[in-house]
Amino acid sequence: MTGFRLADGGGPVIPNYGEPSACLRHNGWFCTDWIHEHWGDTLQPALIQHIQLTLIAVGIGFVIAFGLALVALRFGFLDPPLGVFTDFLYMIPSLALFQLLVPLSGLTVTTVEIALVSYTLFILYRNIVVGLRSVPPDVLESARGMGLTRRQTFLRVELPLAMPAILSGLRIAIVATISIATVAAFLIQDGLGAPIFDAIGTPDLFKTELLAAGGLAILLALTADLLLAFAQRALTPWNRLR
Amino acid sequence: MVASTFADAFRFMPSHFSLLLEKAAQTAELAFAALAIALLIALPLGLWLGHRHRGLLLALSASSLGRSLPSVVLIGLGIAILGVGFWNNAMALVVLAIAPILTNTYFAVEGVDSDAVEAARGMGLTETQILTRVELPLGLPLLLAGLRIAAVFVIATATIAGIFGGGGLGDIMARQVTYGLGGVFAAAIWVAGLALLTAAALALAQRAASRRTAPRA
Repeated sequence: MTGFRLADGGGPVIPNYGEPSACLRHNGWFCTDWIHEHWGDTLQPALIQHIQLTLIAVGIGFVIAFGLALVALRFGFLDPPLGVFTDFLYMIPSLALFQLLVPLSGLTVTTVEIALVSYTLFILYRNIVVGLRSVPPDVLESARGMGLTRRQTFLRVELPLAMPAILSGLRIAIVATISIATVAAFLIQDGLGAPIFDAIGTPDLFKTELLAAGGLAILLALTADLLLAFAQRALTPWNRLR
Repeated sequence: MVASTFADAFRFMPSHFSLLLEKAAQTAELAFAALAIALLIALPLGLWLGHRHRGLLLALSASSLGRSLPSVVLIGLGIAILGVGFWNNAMALVVLAIAPILTNTYFAVEGVDSDAVEAARGMGLTETQILTRVELPLGLPLLLAGLRIAAVFVIATATIAGIFGGGGLGDIMARQVTYGLGGVFAAAIWVAGLALLTAAALALAQRAASRRTAPRA
């Protein structure tokens, strides 16, 4: 489904750019000349697309999951079916879900985003519900005793106490989405999956492109993981020991 | 549109039953081989580190790193190094499965109540006995939870191998042109079924294990 991009120099043979380097001719693991030449037209745009795919999916997923969690906490009987529903979404293999959505929304970024959002729901919904539910009843009792309104209790007591669970959910969701978004290139040329699929689809497998794009995907995930780990520490100073 | 795909999928299942069975067996073989190898590597390491209360950083970074490695990249690297086939896919899945098993095993053993461990030590149990008779039984639920996460994850990820000629149910999913959207959906349902069955089997094992250790605890 992902065509080979010969015209814009996606493969190891680059007829219009003069002699390929010795590294490229031998399909080396890390030909810096190719990376220099195609950073601007291949790698950087793919990286930016990938970040966009991830942020949009996790952003929308978070809003939906938060809403669902609030509904589940208010109406407890809805929690089991919502949990099963998000579990079920998570169990559909990404390769199939991307294709199943095509009749609904076509070969578009929207299709990819719907699939990615549905995967984030499982992680985010569970963590938000667990976090909000873990607030001890006597803490809520004393908040009420101090005269806080329901809204104040939620914003100043429940939400901060649920923060560790919510943040760890966000962290897992973002990293997982970065990983799953690479599969999206099976459908459309978008994100870091596109150069990865191109590289694997090239006869002989174009190693430099695979390693460069794959390495960027791994680096992006690791960076996000690290940043969110710091955010977790910064936002929950009372929780430093764990 | 959705309803007709659903109907197609349920027509596909009886008409292609032997194909689905064959592909499911391939997926199961690949996933279970990868899980077994990952267990052999991660279980002893996690038990030992957890027992010694060392290597927190290793356990945490293993889980971060494991989550951060996209399966497509790993399988691509596997193909680049080992060529298309069973072992490159198995290798990628082993790497992915090690992380949750190692992290959960570590925290399962490390998190056992230190009073219980001290009491066992005071009763004269050797370190090996403490590990096998106190820490392992008490940590077993968390350990098996890690195994369950790894199993479901590996089975779902094994389908990605189908894109690159790895066989299994992913093979059907990657060839919509041949099998139609109904076939893709049918294969997806079978993958979910396989994951559910494995998770259920591990849940049963967990219950059996905790029943066996209960009188001793």
